[in-house]
Amino acid sequence: MAGTVPLDVRQEQDDHLPRPITSETSTSKIIDLSQAIGSFVADDMTVALEGFGHLIPFAAAHEIIRQGRQRLTLCRMTPDLLADQMIAANAVSRLVASFFASGSAGSLHEVRRRIEHSDPAPLEIEEYSHYGMVCRYQAGAARLPFFPLRSYAGSDLPRANPRIRKVNDPYGGPDIYVVPPLNPDVTIIHAQRADTTGNVQMWGIVGAQQEAAYAARKVIVTVEEIVTNDVVRSDPNRTLLPAHAVDAVVLCPGGAHPSYAQGYYDRDNAFYREWTAVSRDGSAVLSWLDQWVHGIDDRAAYLDQLGSSRWNGLAVEPWMSSPVNFGRGRTQPGMEHA
Amino acid sequence: MSHEAAPPVLSDVAPDSTEFIAAVAARELAGKRRIFAGVGLPTLAVDLARRTIDPSIELVYESGICGAHPDSLAEGIADPVLVSGAESVISMQALFGYVLQGGHVDVGFVGAAQLDRWGSLNTSVIGPWDSPTVRLPGSGGAAEIVANAHECVVVLRRHDPGALPEQLDYCTSPSPVRARDEDPSMVPAGYGVSTAITPLAVLRRPGRFSEFEISQVHPGVSIADVTAATGWPIRVAADVTETPRPTVEDVRLLRDEIDTVRLYLR
Repeated sequence: MAGTVPLDVRQEQDDHLPRPITSETSTSKIIDLSQAIGSFVADDMTVALEGFGHLIPFAAAHEIIRQGRQRLTLCRMTPDLLADQMIAANAVSRLVASFFASGSAGSLHEVRRRIEHSDPAPLEIEEYSHYGMVCRYQAGAARLPFFPLRSYAGSDLPRANPRIRKVNDPYGGPDIYVVPPLNPDVTIIHAQRADTTGNVQMWGIVGAQQEAAYAARKVIVTVEEIVTNDVVRSDPNRTLLPAHAVDAVVLCPGGAHPSYAQGYYDRDNAFYREWTAVSRDGSAVLSWLDQWVHGIDDRAAYLDQLGSSRWNGLAVEPWMSSPVNFGRGRTQPGMEHA
Repeated sequence: MSHEAAPPVLSDVAPDSTEFIAAVAARELAGKRRIFAGVGLPTLAVDLARRTIDPSIELVYESGICGAHPDSLAEGIADPVLVSGAESVISMQALFGYVLQGGHVDVGFVGAAQLDRWGSLNTSVIGPWDSPTVRLPGSGGAAEIVANAHECVVVLRRHDPGALPEQLDYCTSPSPVRARDEDPSMVPAGYGVSTAITPLAVLRRPGRFSEFEISQVHPGVSIADVTAATGWPIRVAADVTETPRPTVEDVRLLRDEIDTVRLYLR
């Protein structure tokens, strides 16, 4: 059993190249979204858009659609309605994923039409379980040849995906399944905040974004806000991606809608429920893309079209964490605090 | 507090309703500590269990949340209501690798389209994988949950030979029996599925490598009904009982407090 297009299991072997050292961290990495997608995302690339139910980079996905990218391999653990939209726009020819549904809200009908009926075109699938995908990013980030996991014994997943292999334990334990590294050309994520040098801070559900970013050759991060370096350094444990791991920072408030940004705005659950109906009808999906992607310039215009009353309805009450004390071990001579 | 409390009033909600199945599922969590809840009806059932069975149940979600304290129904396993006020939010490598594969989950709670006699699950496709009649969501974390949770409870929305077939169309999440068939040294740590709750019955596997037995039949359902609706000649436990009905309060909580938007209830 295999996908509709035979998989070359060694296709990604040249992905073990070390990541180029990014020399400058003091220069600003802030660019706008169209520039970031234009510079870093080309046709035929392998692109990871991660965010597990939270901080999903919808604005970046829409910009990829708007710029007419084609034949992308989309890596996304949960290809939810973001994938439905990119696939309907013919941006994606291959999906590397582990859960094909819109959270609790139902089926992804564009994905299903293509898989079940090749309507309007087939879609190649490379399928894992969630932990299999996490381990692929982990291996990719650490430049390991594979990563072992205690899943798949007796499962049909390895039969449907020849990249899931079984190896001997060199220490004498039972055989174990392994997954290969995943090294996207570009990983795109959305985060709460970053500074201009590219230190990225996130909180709430952080999924596999750190692994997916370190696994990639280039990393684009869209953020709700830009903060000063002092704010970042007041809470360094919250920096999941240090500046050396980030190539571009894009200020993009509301960039995760209809998903959410913890502490900034809530998930637009009604939007998810409404999508299931849109998704059932291929022509309705195309009309939706015309209205919400092709017909507007950027995320600010998208939020305008969404309307302030719907947007304000997603506002959340503040619930602040208690500050923690990082302390200062030593004061410099002559600089003692009063 | 009086020890003479009146017995709870039982609901006459239909045994194949979501309310009935969720209430039966919630009761299965009595005495368990750390519950890994999958997408869909399990989310509803653990919410009810937390309110009616044991508020100290620790809810673990594959999105990285351990010890959720949701103040409204989670619409999915990454809902912000699961994050705010949670005991812990960790990365998915930590959640799947350390919490689940590391052996800290007591009960995994999952749904399935097909279930076989040993508790292997299909959540991937109806028909062949490379040209399916129906493409289902796939594993998500189910393959990991069934392998690594101490035991699993499965909820099925149908009980017929298609949902409980002689042979699965595709095995997403294998039972220990199926893992043993591939390689006896590779059987994962978990018991696999201990309990299956369907619209007709509660099925249990008395041993890690055993087949399911009919353990309880829902009110108005006979053992013969369950046997006829099952795709293999299913065994019958020596002491089959009738599934207790949900209470009126269970049903009120589900309808009026838990699933007010009718995400899971019809």
